[in-house]
Amino acid sequence: MVENAQTLTRSTTWAAWLRGFAQEAVLPALVMVGLVGIWEASVWFFKIPVYLLPAPSVIWADCAEISDVILNHTLATLHTVLIGFLVSIVISVPLAVVLTSSKGIATAVYPVLVITQAIPKVALAPLLVIMLGANELPRVVITFLVAFFPLVIASATGLMSVPHDLIELGRSYKISLWQELCRIRLPYAVPMIFSGLKVAITLSVVGAVVGEFVNADKGLGFLIVSASAFFQVPVAFGALVLLSLMGVVLFQVIVVIERIFFPWSAESAGNSFM
Amino acid sequence: MIEISNASKVFTARDGHPVHALSDIDLSIDDDEFVSLVGPSGCGKSTLLRLVAGLAPSTSGSIEVDAIPVSEPRRDTAMVFQAPTLLPWASIEDNVLFPLKVMNVLDGTSRRRAHELLELVGLAGFERKYPRELSGGMQQRAAICRALIHDPRIMLMDEPFGALDALTREEMSLELLRIWTDRPRTILFVTHSIPEAVLLSDRVVVMSPRPGRIADILEVALPRPRSFAMEGDPAFQATAQKIRSLIFEHHG
Ligand SMILES: Nc1ncnc2c1ncn2[C@@H]1O[C@H](COP(=O)(O)OP(=O)(O)OP(=O)(O)O)[C@@H](O)[C@H]1O
Ligand SMILES: [Mg+2]
Repeated sequence: MVENAQTLTRSTTWAAWLRGFAQEAVLPALVMVGLVGIWEASVWFFKIPVYLLPAPSVIWADCAEISDVILNHTLATLHTVLIGFLVSIVISVPLAVVLTSSKGIATAVYPVLVITQAIPKVALAPLLVIMLGANELPRVVITFLVAFFPLVIASATGLMSVPHDLIELGRSYKISLWQELCRIRLPYAVPMIFSGLKVAITLSVVGAVVGEFVNADKGLGFLIVSASAFFQVPVAFGALVLLSLMGVVLFQVIVVIERIFFPWSAESAGNSFM
Repeated sequence: MIEISNASKVFTARDGHPVHALSDIDLSIDDDEFVSLVGPSGCGKSTLLRLVAGLAPSTSGSIEVDAIPVSEPRRDTAMVFQAPTLLPWASIEDNVLFPLKVMNVLDGTSRRRAHELLELVGLAGFERKYPRELSGGMQQRAAICRALIHDPRIMLMDEPFGALDALTREEMSLELLRIWTDRPRTILFVTHSIPEAVLLSDRVVVMSPRPGRIADILEVALPRPRSFAMEGDPAFQATAQKIRSLIFEHHG
């Protein structure tokens, strides 16, 4: 009897796990495969010319042929994305701390922040190339400019939302402002900072591509421009797919980092979506 | 010894009007005395506690602890808030150890002490859990352990059992009484429950609102140790009735 009960619980947990796995991984994968299948079939069925919409199989074949070149372009873009993203973290979080520490500074600096957001980055990129030279720097700056704002806003919102009781708890033990920041305000803001990071990493990919459109000799954005110029539409599509994949993978990396190092943040209620 | 003389607190409301939260409060509390504050909502109980805690300055009058004016929080004083206010990212043990960490006095015996306190309030085995894994009552007990961890001489408790159901509440009052009997200290305790105030206190301070004043101070002439069985006792009834009439007299 006891044994039976145990097998029963084990099989039900297995069933639950399987159901969870099916819902989280298998189903979305099936949907993707289905969509790609429909794409492939429609291209053949409607005889869509390759310069309008290449079939997935053609994209794959053309890209596989020059896979080492594509790998180099991918790594170049990844490099710009990661540096731009890291710079935005290093600048945004302390900036959010400064902004939330005094009303005066916030009122003084906030308009500047909003203006940096209002400037169209695509229009700014050529000027940055003139100012900073035809190298990776203007691309990193564009990436940073695109990514940092949501991170500042998310971090500042998190730092501001600390309940008054927690601040007062700290004060009742005479903690210093520095301790208040490190022991109460920053930890409290972690879930919000992570939702900012998730937005920022996705935007970093966008920013890097914008930079590469304007000035680059490598990178997936450059590859899209140059392949289109030579009517290598399947290669351009391949680069597009790789860029999307890069966004998804980097996003998931942030999700995993949050789950491993800040499990309470990943589980906190305000953060249940994604 | 806490000595409050002639203390007043005036807030400025958003529209610029002054709000007299406390006026002319005179109260002295002996070492190791258990004093409760009762009174209708808005009569300034929390404000008085925050003045004694050094979290807010009084507008006039003086507040002294051991003949030293209170101008900022003191490390021998601990505050228990109405809500548990635990750090959601820290385990129960780390929450209890929080005061020692921020005061830089964590040592080899601290963890054992945290464990003993948690055991005392029936939370042994919950050290590694996170606040969200505990019920409201358990969280509040952890918050009380946190207040006790550095063995403060003065505990200021602002409706610590306010959010609890009646049963847990009685259980917690008795626990608090036991902790205080084991190791006496000065406790200033805000509550909305008249029986709770009578059961726990040496003296009950009845306050009345607008402006917040002390209506009367009653001695509770019941022997210790106390228990809820005493609720039927005529002395208990008389004191509770007196408090009730004081509160409603000022209300009506
Ligand atoms: N920071 C503040 N600014 C302005 N007015 C305040 C402030 N804090 C308290 N007050 C006012 O002071 C009065 C007393 O407030 P207090 O919180 O001390 O009451 P209380 O007796 O603790 O009430 P309750 O039983 O509801 O907790 C109230 O009228 C309140 O509006
Ligand atoms: Mg109050």
